[in-house]
Amino acid sequence: MAALALLAYVAIGNLQDNLAARGLRIGFDFLRQEAGFEIAFHLIPYSSSDTYWRVFLIGITNTLLVTVLAIIFSTILGFAAGIAQLSVNWTLSRSARIYVELVRNLPQLLHILIWYNVALRALPAPKQAHAIGDVAYLSNRGIFLPAVTTDRPGLLALAILLAMAAALALFRSLTVYAERTGRQVSTWLPALAILVLLPVAVVGLTGTQIDLSFPQLRGFNFVGGWVLVPELTALVLAMAIYNAAFIAELVRASIESVNKGQREAAAAIGFGWWQTLRFIVIPQAIRVLLPPLSNQYLNILKGSSLAVAIGYPDLVGVFTGISINQTGRAIEIVAMTMAVYLAISLLIGALINLFNHMTRIIER
Amino acid sequence: MNDTATILAANSRRPASPASAGSAPRLLNWLRRRLFASWRDALVSMAVITLLAAIAWSIIPWVLIDATWRGASRNDCAPDGACWAFVTTKASQFIYGFYPPTERWRPDIVFALLIVGLVWLMVPRIPKKGYAWLFMIAVLPLAAFALLRGGFAGLPFVPSDQWGGLLLTMILAVSGITFSLPIGVLFALGRRSRMPLIRWFCIGFIEFCRGVPFLTVLFMAIVMLPFFLPSGTKPDPLALAVVGIIFYEAAYMAEVVRGGLQALPKGQYEAAMTIGFGYWRTMIYIILPQALRKVVPGVVNTTISLLKNTTLVMVVGLFDLLNIVSAGVSDPLWAGSQAEGYFIVGLVFWLMSFGLSCYSRTIEAGFARADRS
Repeated sequence: MAALALLAYVAIGNLQDNLAARGLRIGFDFLRQEAGFEIAFHLIPYSSSDTYWRVFLIGITNTLLVTVLAIIFSTILGFAAGIAQLSVNWTLSRSARIYVELVRNLPQLLHILIWYNVALRALPAPKQAHAIGDVAYLSNRGIFLPAVTTDRPGLLALAILLAMAAALALFRSLTVYAERTGRQVSTWLPALAILVLLPVAVVGLTGTQIDLSFPQLRGFNFVGGWVLVPELTALVLAMAIYNAAFIAELVRASIESVNKGQREAAAAIGFGWWQTLRFIVIPQAIRVLLPPLSNQYLNILKGSSLAVAIGYPDLVGVFTGISINQTGRAIEIVAMTMAVYLAISLLIGALINLFNHMTRIIER
Repeated sequence: MNDTATILAANSRRPASPASAGSAPRLLNWLRRRLFASWRDALVSMAVITLLAAIAWSIIPWVLIDATWRGASRNDCAPDGACWAFVTTKASQFIYGFYPPTERWRPDIVFALLIVGLVWLMVPRIPKKGYAWLFMIAVLPLAAFALLRGGFAGLPFVPSDQWGGLLLTMILAVSGITFSLPIGVLFALGRRSRMPLIRWFCIGFIEFCRGVPFLTVLFMAIVMLPFFLPSGTKPDPLALAVVGIIFYEAAYMAEVVRGGLQALPKGQYEAAMTIGFGYWRTMIYIILPQALRKVVPGVVNTTISLLKNTTLVMVVGLFDLLNIVSAGVSDPLWAGSQAEGYFIVGLVFWLMSFGLSCYSRTIEAGFARADRS
């Protein structure tokens, strides 16, 4: 302990000397300075005359965007591969197994570089882009999709949010009803219907205009529509495929953890394949699955920092990289970056604990 | 003529021997059960087989049939096949990085020592594991460092920015693995310590490392640490990366080991105390041997992720096995050969990781056998 204290004392002394030598002092006033560099991809408005604080926010939103997209796709792929591994069909279970073993033993950075430097580079230039039904285009400058624009974005967003809430509420109440009465009711279909019909009704009744703008080739590149820049596409694809292999293993292990007797009991009372899965296996497996799964989601968040290797402007690339080079405020910027990741990690950790507490088996 | 055909047909239908009598129907039965149980299953099987065949059809000609194995530049390679000439020409760069060609016997000796140490440590039948650990932790790093760096006894000095390729990856991975496990054990013990100051320090360190990406730790080591060192000192990036990997992975090792410590029944501690063992003797002779045994899969998983994480040193400008590909394709003669480079590097990483996980399975099976007997 004394040694640690001495070390800290010497380190702080060195810090003061170094800061004095460079004419710097610790402080966050640089956040109000003009950044003066362009960022290729941002979700919130940005120009080079904006401040470093804005750069920080763009870094966070870009990191969260990649993380959320990678989580969605890796979950879908991972669940599919995990369930396929347990399939009776030999070709399906074998190919899922090969996929998992092939992918998870390669470094994530290698996945990202292969997608960015090999797979997406092999796409043609915009002039010869692969067209998907003349509305979407694949090219080495990015994937161009038709954009949805509306004159009342706030109203539409509100309608979609409301529809989601209503669908969720309906789904819950139908499930509760089914459980109480023992009657078989379709829970998915009404929920899905309300999810689609409510926004459609709002659009129809209020006369909101919804336009599709299609990407069009002008000169050497496309204009209009939404563009997925190659950096984002490569990062999301590589991270989804890499992390799905781990999620597949977690899904497989959690389903295997459900006692075989449970399945046999379900078969004995006449449950079919889907009913067994839905009412017997999944509720028990999810309790085993969720803690490691959320850990894997945290790994995706942390792995998104690899974006810096291919130049996607995430928090590490744009803030910890470029901003440190320009301002020299290494200590403040590294501390802020780490604080963001730590805060999200601790938040999700707390949510896991809450979930564990809520789904614990209550012994009677 | 007609008769012969009938006899042949009858013969072929008649079982030739009892063994084949069982196997053909068994195969059919297996196919029916596992591939064609229902028309939906059959459809899925056919779709999967077609897909796999299509993938093999597009990759195998590229890798083997249309590939070019020798050549002086990318132009010598066939356009539709892999250009393995890139890898064969740059092979020594992939292995040694920019290490001076005349001095490459030095990394060779290091590789040989490393193999000796690893075999000693990993083959269960070879005795004296304690000395193997001593060799890996104390002897090998110093010997390897001195030999690679040189600058004494007539050995020319080779600065660490010329080390690269597989050599660098092995330096990072092996030093990371051999040091992070013992340090992780110390942190795991510290986290369960009864002294609050030590406990809080260990909890804080472990949770911090697990909460931030490895890249930010590297950035901290490269851009932030120099502020805390005496002005004028310029730390070696390789040394910083090694220290970063060791401590970052030690936090993960600590959590794995803690799982094993928690799984041990309390009676083990009490029994050790009853026969008068102090804290360290309890830990070393009673608790750790049992706890570590329980967490072999976790330790190996952390080891594999450490091995894969060594590729991140690319962002601090080190040329490890993955980044050496970029160095290779920056040669104008070989521009555009990334696919071949990544293929080979991927193969090496895959073999190392998969080998480690197979090794972990044999170790577990050995423990399971020992427990049963």
